[in-house]
Amino acid sequence: MSVEPVEVIQTPIRLEYDYTPGGARSRFLRGLEQGKILGERCPNCHKVYVGGGSGACARCGVPCTDVVPLPNTGTVTTFCIVNLPFAGATIEIPYTSASILIDGADIPLMALIQECPADEVRMGMRVEAVWVDEAERAPTMDTIRYFRPTGEPDAPIDDVLKKMRADA
Amino acid sequence: MPDSARAATQADVLSALHVLEYPYKRSVGPVIGRFLTGLMEGRIEGIKSASGKVMVPPAEYDPATGAPLSEFVEVADAGVVTTWAWVAEPREHNPVQEPFAWALIRLDGADTALLHAVRAPGGGMRTGMRVKARWRPERTGLITDIECFEPEDA
Repeated sequence: MSVEPVEVIQTPIRLEYDYTPGGARSRFLRGLEQGKILGERCPNCHKVYVGGGSGACARCGVPCTDVVPLPNTGTVTTFCIVNLPFAGATIEIPYTSASILIDGADIPLMALIQECPADEVRMGMRVEAVWVDEAERAPTMDTIRYFRPTGEPDAPIDDVLKKMRADA
Repeated sequence: MPDSARAATQADVLSALHVLEYPYKRSVGPVIGRFLTGLMEGRIEGIKSASGKVMVPPAEYDPATGAPLSEFVEVADAGVVTTWAWVAEPREHNPVQEPFAWALIRLDGADTALLHAVRAPGGGMRTGMRVKARWRPERTGLITDIECFEPEDA
């Protein structure tokens, strides 16, 4: 019996994790389920964290004690245009992934920008969250589908960036 | 502390399955390629080093001199367990779904040992025991073309 010589093999790797986001991020995700973007304020320096990190202020090292409801709107602080397709991608290229400083927060969230050509996205652009239908809301980041331009004039980017500085 | 910010209880903390999966493909080169092709044909091939030792699985380069190797030698599909580790609770991706041993097996005609699974019913593993390959009827050119090794006297 003669067979084709083996030149290439498939060696898939699969890792299964039980992921737990911890208390702070669980609160944030449960907020999304209710259609709310929730931040947490440091009682010491009054910085507002959003996205649910450790639940403690990174600078002061104390638990963030106040939950702060935040609006749907924010400002693009930086962004990246994705032009390369990759395995598992679900969005048509080119698309834009941006850091968005939600109004009232001191640290940006990462999210998609849609309803806007990729080459029109800019630092300072004002955007708002577009949510999934109420019935489909779940404690996951996918509950905000993406952000889109509000059409407002751009925010003064230098002021926005300054606000995010640790010593601001 | 306001009620809204009370430390989360166990029930409040979310948990979810998170799967990371990479569909890697790799080219195997002429030496491992020939070894895998041999497996597909039910044959185990090693390679001879400059000092005359037969290595199974075959090495691409001489371990002592670094010179490329190319002299293939067919060895038996049976040999001796040189060392082993017992797996009492196999995991889903393990090749044997009952308690088994990972073992180094020095095949007859080889001077080095091959890592493979040994199914030893009743836990009768011992160093020095003779084992023989159980081949899959359908083979694809992977090390798993040998389903496992089993005691030769079973």
